[in-house]
Amino acid sequence: MSQYTVAFAGNPNTGKSTLFNLLTGMRQHTGNWAGKTVISAEGEFTHKDHQYLAVDLPGTYSLYSNSADEEAARDYIIFEQPDVTLVVLDATSLERNLNLALQVLEITGRTVICINLIDEARRLGIDINLKKISKRLGVPVVAISARNKIGIEALLDQVELVATSVVTAPPLRITYNDEIERGIAELTPMVEQTIGSMYPARWIALRLLDGDDSLLTSLKANMNSKGKALPGTKEVLGHGVTACH
Amino acid sequence: MESPHVTKGMDTLDSLLARAKKLADGGAIRDEIVGGIYGVSSGICADAITYQDKKRLNSTYKLDNIVTSKIWGFPIMLAILGVVFWITIAGANYPSGWLASFFGFIEGYLTTGFQAVHAPDWLHGVLVLGLYRGTAWVISVMLPPMMIFFPVFALLENFGYLPRVAFNMDRLFKKSGGHGKQALTMSMGFGCNAAAILSTRIIESPRERMLAILTNNFVPCNGRWPTLILLASLFMSGAAATGTMRTLTTASVLMGMVLIGIIVTLSVSWVMSKTALRGVPTHYTLELPPYRRPQIWKTILISSKEKSLNVLTRAIVVAAPAGIITWILGNIFVGGESVLNHMAAFFDPFAHLLGMDGFIIMAFILGLPANEIVLPILLMGYMSSGSLVDVDSLGSIKDIFLEHGWTWLTALNMMLFSLLHYPCGTTLVNIYKETKSMKWAVLSAVIPLGIALVVTFAVAQLAQLFGWV
Repeated sequence: MSQYTVAFAGNPNTGKSTLFNLLTGMRQHTGNWAGKTVISAEGEFTHKDHQYLAVDLPGTYSLYSNSADEEAARDYIIFEQPDVTLVVLDATSLERNLNLALQVLEITGRTVICINLIDEARRLGIDINLKKISKRLGVPVVAISARNKIGIEALLDQVELVATSVVTAPPLRITYNDEIERGIAELTPMVEQTIGSMYPARWIALRLLDGDDSLLTSLKANMNSKGKALPGTKEVLGHGVTACH
Repeated sequence: MESPHVTKGMDTLDSLLARAKKLADGGAIRDEIVGGIYGVSSGICADAITYQDKKRLNSTYKLDNIVTSKIWGFPIMLAILGVVFWITIAGANYPSGWLASFFGFIEGYLTTGFQAVHAPDWLHGVLVLGLYRGTAWVISVMLPPMMIFFPVFALLENFGYLPRVAFNMDRLFKKSGGHGKQALTMSMGFGCNAAAILSTRIIESPRERMLAILTNNFVPCNGRWPTLILLASLFMSGAAATGTMRTLTTASVLMGMVLIGIIVTLSVSWVMSKTALRGVPTHYTLELPPYRRPQIWKTILISSKEKSLNVLTRAIVVAAPAGIITWILGNIFVGGESVLNHMAAFFDPFAHLLGMDGFIIMAFILGLPANEIVLPILLMGYMSSGSLVDVDSLGSIKDIFLEHGWTWLTALNMMLFSLLHYPCGTTLVNIYKETKSMKWAVLSAVIPLGIALVVTFAVAQLAQLFGWV
């Protein structure tokens, strides 16, 4: 029985860890404030016939490498290439949350959008048309409430579809202004030529345009290790849970 | 699978970035990119989301107008802190007494058992008077306050109050040259400094992150709360006679400790940001999440299991062997004095300058791996030397201290030293790992130690000068 990797991404304080705990039966600390999870934790869960390795990434507002935790989340999604990236969004502030979802989708289409806290949104009188969002993003969108265990089965069904490649989507293409698009158009072929097709070329071109030195450092490190390693072996990240007292 | 393609790739990567930088023309391309993303997401939301009533959305923030207001913000913060301490102290008193009596009762049977099988005195000494008694003390003194304090704190956290604290503190941190998020990492330090060091990753600028790392030690962590709570409740209630007054005084003393910690944090941040870590505070967004009703039982169960038992287990695991060793050291005599007394006597002159004694300093030195074990080591040191006290009530723990010449000043200075002295071993290791700099790891131990020495010295000398003790 093969095991699929599911990375949990999302803004801080959207209930990622609550969902993670619910699925894996683990006891990651949760708290109602941004920045509670700083180290990625791993756990396992089973749904129907498949086993999954869940990785709880630090909550971030973007993947623009503003800080160490944003770099950690970004590097995981790009270099570890999880089978599914589950982006957890807060239904009560969807507009801000969607920004991160879009950034993830620019990297990979192997994504499921999970709109958490849907019960709270309903209480506040927010109606969300999941079908419309799903159509715009090109990936499955499921509404859940992790703490009240609503919609979990439906969510896992969609995760399964993406993990087993029944549902596939290319990375989302966001059209920027002309200046950026010209830059991307010029860089993308060069990127493809230099680093091959392993990584999303358009996205890397965009990051290079933004002058993202840290991505370049990570790229070099990974190409070094991947160059020596056998294909298919994944680099082991130090997901150490530090002793606490 | 070394391929020429990869090696070639490495060189061209740099030229790629150079090319990209030229294309970007050094302009504000980040803003354009963010603008593009935001445009798409607001487009999707306009299309897919309908609000029944916009006003209802803001209802959860009404409370914020009060708890983060300029006038009420700080008083409410202090009041909440005070109430948490009050509940802890008032609630822990009786269970502690019960546990102590219970363990004393068992000890009677153990002693009878040892006598029945004619066990040698030294064996009884090592196992019952050293190991058992030490462990029993640790449990009865530390468990009850932790079982109350940690869950209450966790409830506040899950309710969503911590970001409001950060919001209130933000201005102070900015003035002291630090980052507003330092208030968040500081709050995390109330639980565990070692974890808080990792949480400083949320601070983008290396300079401000370093400030947060250096000052995190000044908030008392899980390992130090029991020491502070116990000493405050034994020695700081002073002349206050009635139960309620005693509890109130103790709670205010603890609050005072927290405030001192915060003042030192701000002062050190200010000094460092004017000297070694110069710079201008960066801007950031602090999210105030909606208040959420915590899952009360789940929170209580998890925090009891994860925190209280964890801290207690660590304390016992280290305290048990330490109990045996201190008993042995206290009962091997060289030149009429026990080895333990010789060791304590070595530190004594220095310790007295700081208003403490050699045993206390020894306990802090041995307690470097984990702050939880400072108090157990101290108690066992005291109990193994000199007359053995009858262990069946909490009051007798105070008698042990009094017999060794403790005054309120000793207790106060031990509390201050515990609050300010170097972070524990795990925290120091984390600091080294995070900063990858031996210099900063050493500094983060030396700076607090220096402050702790200066403060306790000043307090001790002043108190003696004015004849307060």
